[in-house]
Amino acid sequence: MRAVLAQSRAELALTLRRGESLLVSFAIPIGILVFFAEVAPVSTDLDDPVAFLVPGVLALAVMSTAMVSLAIATGYERRYGVLKRLGSTPLSRGGLLAAKTVNVLAIEVLQAVVVVVTGVLLGWEATGGLVLAVVFLLLGTVAFAGIGLLMAGRLRAEATLALANGCFLVLLFLGGMAYPLEDLPRILRDVAQVLPAAALSESVRAACTPGVAVPTWSVVVLGLWAVGAPVLAARAFRWEE
Amino acid sequence: MSATPAIAVADVVKQYGERRALDGLSLSVAPGEVFGLLGPNGAGKTTTVEILEGYREPDAGVVRVLGLDPVRDGARLRPRIGVMLQEGGLYPGLTAREVLRLFAAYYAEPDDPMALLARVGLEDAARTMVRRLSGGQRQRLSLATALIGRPQVVFLDEPTAGMDPHARATTWTLVRELAEREVTVMLTTHAMDEAEHLCDRVAIVDHGRVVASGRPTELTRSLARDEVELVSEPGIDVAALAGALGLGSDRVRERRPGEYVLAAPGTPDLVADLAAWMRDRGHRIDVLHTGRRSLEEVFLRLTGDDAAPTAVPGP
Repeated sequence: MRAVLAQSRAELALTLRRGESLLVSFAIPIGILVFFAEVAPVSTDLDDPVAFLVPGVLALAVMSTAMVSLAIATGYERRYGVLKRLGSTPLSRGGLLAAKTVNVLAIEVLQAVVVVVTGVLLGWEATGGLVLAVVFLLLGTVAFAGIGLLMAGRLRAEATLALANGCFLVLLFLGGMAYPLEDLPRILRDVAQVLPAAALSESVRAACTPGVAVPTWSVVVLGLWAVGAPVLAARAFRWEE
Repeated sequence: MSATPAIAVADVVKQYGERRALDGLSLSVAPGEVFGLLGPNGAGKTTTVEILEGYREPDAGVVRVLGLDPVRDGARLRPRIGVMLQEGGLYPGLTAREVLRLFAAYYAEPDDPMALLARVGLEDAARTMVRRLSGGQRQRLSLATALIGRPQVVFLDEPTAGMDPHARATTWTLVRELAEREVTVMLTTHAMDEAEHLCDRVAIVDHGRVVASGRPTELTRSLARDEVELVSEPGIDVAALAGALGLGSDRVRERRPGEYVLAAPGTPDLVADLAAWMRDRGHRIDVLHTGRRSLEEVFLRLTGDDAAPTAVPGP
């Protein structure tokens, strides 16, 4: 327990010292929220851009932390032999995973606070089923962490860095986060429907919106990613590069 | 040697695809011993150490550390061993002190991190990020992480590679302190002087097998040769010298100008006669080398590409 606490503290310190990771985790979601709400509302047919954007940006925040930051940090820990070295200490794999979970959740809570406060300042009214939204965000965290660890545990650190950022960008475009999926061409929309980003943002948005039923398809897709990605990651993970 | 060895390796085979990294390797290390694994690159030293640390499983054979199987009993063994990898293993974004405090938290009764940092000579670098440490400083921090948990067995994979002479001396002192505290140490090294100075026993490994093992002095004595080397001014009359020493004229030769080889055992009598003859002729003696081979010579002879299997007494 003492080991897991110390490990969590170290992981958190490392995360907070990585400026580029904080940029992806905080500046980009907030930037997107403010920009699309105030400066350039893309879709004129949205009667409440902030109500649309806040759930999407929460999903984006989860994606940035659980997928991008986790993948890059873990990939380089593997590159530097840190993961290998930990393997011969009494810290178990479970303990390491617990510490990484604490780290991801702590950053996500900070992100959520910043996004929600910014949203409220922009006029957002939190009226929907927030408990359900949190459940979906946790499910999304599991799915994206699985994807991140799949890259980090198998690819070279540089490849993980590039691919994680690339996926972030693609999933941002196809994620129904900054603008509705309906704005996409048909073919892209079909692709987006099976990806985890849109599944997460649609589920969270429905949960946050009173009177809107949670779309079954999105929840099923999200659930499949949340099971499949970690299972694949666990099978593919190599502790040494 | 005590009844239960700290480290026991019996007939271990490890195959990587086509390559057989370990080919029936066996060795045994007593508690409190400092044991050196020597061998050329690719001989199987790191593979052996990593099997003992629980990183890899042997394809055949039996491995025990403190009586435990490093893989199956890993959770019980890891609190009792300390590991220094050949390279890496440190978070670049933490300071030296943070790294050591973190590692201290993994163990039930750790050493004091700041005191250990001072012992490895890093007290001035305590607040320096690992990524800003020099190679030698990182090696010493890595060594400190191996010792922080007060282990009973320590594995050091090329602990002094890349260290300056000062850091190397510090490391040697630390290893000797471990030996005094009855900690078992297994280290790999390329530096024969390191093995000669530090190790109670060594094993020379080549092509995945132990080709010789024993105390460093046993190994060097076993391959002592009947040869005396002399360095002096060039052009000494070798025939006259051979005659004076009662040797056949073909047994003294000038290998290179000023470098003489006498094909005879370097007995005290021979050395006395040689010295007297040189004095009478007014020749200098710059270097006189007799008998015992250095461990380095033993190593090169046993592990060269053309090395024939040599019978060397075991421990």
